[in-house]
Amino acid sequence: MPIRKVMKANEAAAWAAKLAKPKVVAAFPITPSTLVPEKISEFVANGEMDAEFIKVESEHSAISACVGASAAGVRVFTATASQGLALMHEILFIAAGMRLPIVVAIGNRSLSAPINIWNDWQDSISERDTGWLQFYAENNQEALDLILAAFKVAEDERVLLPAMVGFDAFILTHTVEPVEIPDQEVVDSFLGEYVPKHAYLDPARPITQGALGFPAHYMEARYTVWEANEAAKKVIDEVFEEFEKTFGRRYHKIEEYKTDDADIVLVTMGSLAGTVKEFVDKKREEGVKIGAAKITVYRPFPVEEIRALAKKTKVLAILEKDISFSIGGAVFADTSRALINEKEKPVVLDFILGLGGRDVTFENLEEIVSIAKKAIDGGVEEEVYWIGLRKEIL
Amino acid sequence: MAESPFKVEIERVKKEYSEKMTPGAVVYLPGSSVVNKTGSWRVFMPEFNRDKCVRCYLCYIYCPEPAIYLDEENYPVFDYDYCKGCGICANECPTKAIVMVREAK
Repeated sequence: MPIRKVMKANEAAAWAAKLAKPKVVAAFPITPSTLVPEKISEFVANGEMDAEFIKVESEHSAISACVGASAAGVRVFTATASQGLALMHEILFIAAGMRLPIVVAIGNRSLSAPINIWNDWQDSISERDTGWLQFYAENNQEALDLILAAFKVAEDERVLLPAMVGFDAFILTHTVEPVEIPDQEVVDSFLGEYVPKHAYLDPARPITQGALGFPAHYMEARYTVWEANEAAKKVIDEVFEEFEKTFGRRYHKIEEYKTDDADIVLVTMGSLAGTVKEFVDKKREEGVKIGAAKITVYRPFPVEEIRALAKKTKVLAILEKDISFSIGGAVFADTSRALINEKEKPVVLDFILGLGGRDVTFENLEEIVSIAKKAIDGGVEEEVYWIGLRKEIL
Repeated sequence: MAESPFKVEIERVKKEYSEKMTPGAVVYLPGSSVVNKTGSWRVFMPEFNRDKCVRCYLCYIYCPEPAIYLDEENYPVFDYDYCKGCGICANECPTKAIVMVREAK
């Protein structure tokens, strides 16, 4: 029987790792993710987890050790956040290009400067072009579940890509919630053993990994990463279905909430989706036709699901905790790209909020709804709305 | 002129080699770099004077490619299909039996 324990998302991530039985964990501590490797090292020290725990001197080394271990043909896990993920940047491309299904837990945190340890999504959003799959958890249960699902998707022979699973700094990493821990045997049969056919270290079958790619071959290698991302869309649907059959919890690339007759849909990710859904309930009681959509899978970007959602509504309001300067939010840019050639499309509005741990309140959401209402009649005043900005100190 | 000791291996690799892209651009055929003839990279070419050679093997040992092998009498033979013209052999040769001559005009 699965047991229920009260725990932080960081602990849920460590539990997911324990259940997934990686052979190697190489990690370097960083706020707010430190508890993940801390807990894993405890599991290893207690003999509860049979993994090689490699203590390294930086995140660059951590992910490099992960690449080496994964290239040798074993399941690999690590955790990081913010500057740590940024330091991993160059190796992230290598992991994806070499098609190594490493899974990394990210305690989504802002980037310096100014230095700030609180939540936004700038760290993992900034890695959107590395080829990695990206999942975002709304709560601690999802942090555990999505890590298990991420392993299964990443290791699928049609995919073979690394994956990161993000959960919001402090809001989730350091907040306790009840989390159901599935049975080991059930997880074992869900994930199976990782026996790669494409990348391994075996003296009897010598291969070359990470070789130089001349102009005659590089582009084709990059194209296969594109194809794998495309293939992942279907595989994720299959894995989420199997996940539901196995564990009883249902996930979707985009989870819609009260969208069927909605004039306005608030699109967001991570823990903010919880706040937004509660707000939608409140507005529905007031008679406002409003819905919410949570992007659980950000890479591969769920283009088809965005198009289907767009058909239902007049305004898509993108609420995001990241910024691509001079453009707006990355999710907004991606959503716009998904809709650009559609004949009929809703107004798409871009709201930047919650950067560096700024609370997102119902007052903020009310402001967004009033802007969205005006936009239905064609009144879009700003290309990018900064919500909750303290204009009085600017 | 002696034959390359790798001839059979090179022929086998050439036959089995495929450009087909694999996940992760992994190369499953050991030794497949022989299909990439690097001789065209050369600007300077090693020129060998047999009369000065004392058969010390230093060129053979130091060649990083390796593009030097030994004939039946243990004199060095240069494989110009793969010699990049780095000049290490000429630099190491104690009797100046190897000199680098400009090849590319």
